[in-house]
Amino acid sequence: MSRVRGTGESLKNFPLFGLVSVLVFAFLYIPLVFVVGYSFNVNRVVTVWKGFSLEWYADVLTNNDIQRALMNSLRVAVVSTILSVVLATGLAIGLLRMARAGRMFAWGLIMAPLIIPEIVFAIGTLALFVQVRFPLGVEAITLAHTAFCIPFALLPIRARLRGVDFAVYEAAADLGANEWTIFRRITLPLLMPGIVAGALLAFIISLDDFLVSYFLAGAGGTTLPVYIFGMIRNAITPGVNALSTLLLLVSIVIVTLSYVITSRKR
Amino acid sequence: MASTQAPTETTGPVPTEVRRQRRSSGRAGQGSWWAGLPGLLFLMALVLAPLVIIVLYSFLNRAKLGVGVKWLFTVQPYVELFYSESLSGEKTFDPVYLQVLLNSALYSLVTALVCLVLSVPIALWIATRPPRWRTALVFLVTIPFWTSLLIRTYAWVIILNDNGPINGALTGLGLISEPLPMLYTPFATTVGLVYSFLPFMILPIYASAERFDFRLAEAAYDLGATRLTVLRRIVMPAIRPGVIAGMILVFIPALGSYLAPELLGGGKTSMIANVIAAQFGASRNWPFGAALSVMVLVITMLVLVAFAVVIRRSGRDGNRQQLESFL
Repeated sequence: MSRVRGTGESLKNFPLFGLVSVLVFAFLYIPLVFVVGYSFNVNRVVTVWKGFSLEWYADVLTNNDIQRALMNSLRVAVVSTILSVVLATGLAIGLLRMARAGRMFAWGLIMAPLIIPEIVFAIGTLALFVQVRFPLGVEAITLAHTAFCIPFALLPIRARLRGVDFAVYEAAADLGANEWTIFRRITLPLLMPGIVAGALLAFIISLDDFLVSYFLAGAGGTTLPVYIFGMIRNAITPGVNALSTLLLLVSIVIVTLSYVITSRKR
Repeated sequence: MASTQAPTETTGPVPTEVRRQRRSSGRAGQGSWWAGLPGLLFLMALVLAPLVIIVLYSFLNRAKLGVGVKWLFTVQPYVELFYSESLSGEKTFDPVYLQVLLNSALYSLVTALVCLVLSVPIALWIATRPPRWRTALVFLVTIPFWTSLLIRTYAWVIILNDNGPINGALTGLGLISEPLPMLYTPFATTVGLVYSFLPFMILPIYASAERFDFRLAEAAYDLGATRLTVLRRIVMPAIRPGVIAGMILVFIPALGSYLAPELLGGGKTSMIANVIAAQFGASRNWPFGAALSVMVLVITMLVLVAFAVVIRRSGRDGNRQQLESFL
């Protein structure tokens, strides 16, 4: 124990490291604090403080356009979460049984949305939908979101699957269970924490996406981030901050939930 | 981990035919590769197909009204990268778009370097905290990544604008009389980019630092090395895999950034993503936008190939394994 403490001491001898770390944490969080703080400003001019008020929240929550954008966002996020989790569960199981070449191809395909620059993915899917005459809007956004939610859904599911003791499958098979029964009664319950964690991550990734939605929105597919972008472009009021604060809150709560689920079950 | 491998290992040497049979039939109850088929087909339709279409579009003509393409082969979009054409049809060498591409690469490089300078101290600092603190601190680093990029970029619009808190504080202290113009400058874009991608640098460096045995640093101290020598000769080589991975994880998404230059750079500091977006929007030149996208993809791929080469050349096995684990 004393030795461990000793190593810590000698590295604390880099005197600036602690200070820089505190400053970096401040750099990461202070901007978010400003977003939240100014959402309570009475003044129309965001950054000139005139007093505390909740009126912007009331303003934002009763706005019909914002309600419509919120409904679009939720529809997209819920459906693409379900789709991506189902596909990712299949992929996680399938990857285990693939030959090496197939596995590498599949893995490249799964991870591609994370590596391809988002702008290229956005205009690529736009070109695809226009080419095959698939109408732009909520459905188009949902399909594109599903594609880049798959890797986020897959990682926790795969981590879970790796920890599974395969003896349980053999035991079930010896006792006469068929593949479907084994999947439903053994694999699925074992994977459940991974699936829930993956679903939560997929949900916020979809909910927070701006760029892909922006290009695929068409006339009626405006999601919440696309609407916020329009607000920022037109006139910045504390309303933008109020809306942003709500979105931040949802993201942080969901990530924390996902984190708790993953770490508790390990 | 050991238990998953046990069944194959205990059976000892197995004839190839039997092994092959096992692979095709699968172990009892573990499902088969079929389970992955729907996902693969979906990704081929929504990830592979768009890429193919982009490459295809980059060799086609502009549609008359600008939306979509005319199916007639041409290399015109790539010519436009180098030459501009006057109304009379005269071509002059004008690498303005290559300049934007180069500028974007520069922005991304500067962003990656600034992130590196900020990340090494914090990654080492977190790695030297007690274990239960580490988990919490790493979680604190990840949270911003999971929040909306749009909102995180907007935060800097508030902070840097003329009436914002920084200018407010400086005026209040009497240091300046006129607001310092910070928003809509290259500085603002860079700050936004650094803010967007900083966690991508901290996390891999931390992952490397966490594996480092800090007793080695202590040994070096005991042998009379100075702090700087320990950092340079002992710690830096150990966290090199994390540094390389971090540079790539920051550089690639920064190169394709749209929001930071759009909201913080104003019109002045367009990056390549803004030019591409404009081709699919107001400028209505899809083939040219596609050609620019192909260029971005090529640069991305070159960076990844360079990464692969570094992995292969990485002498020490530990380093190599670590680099591969980041992929």
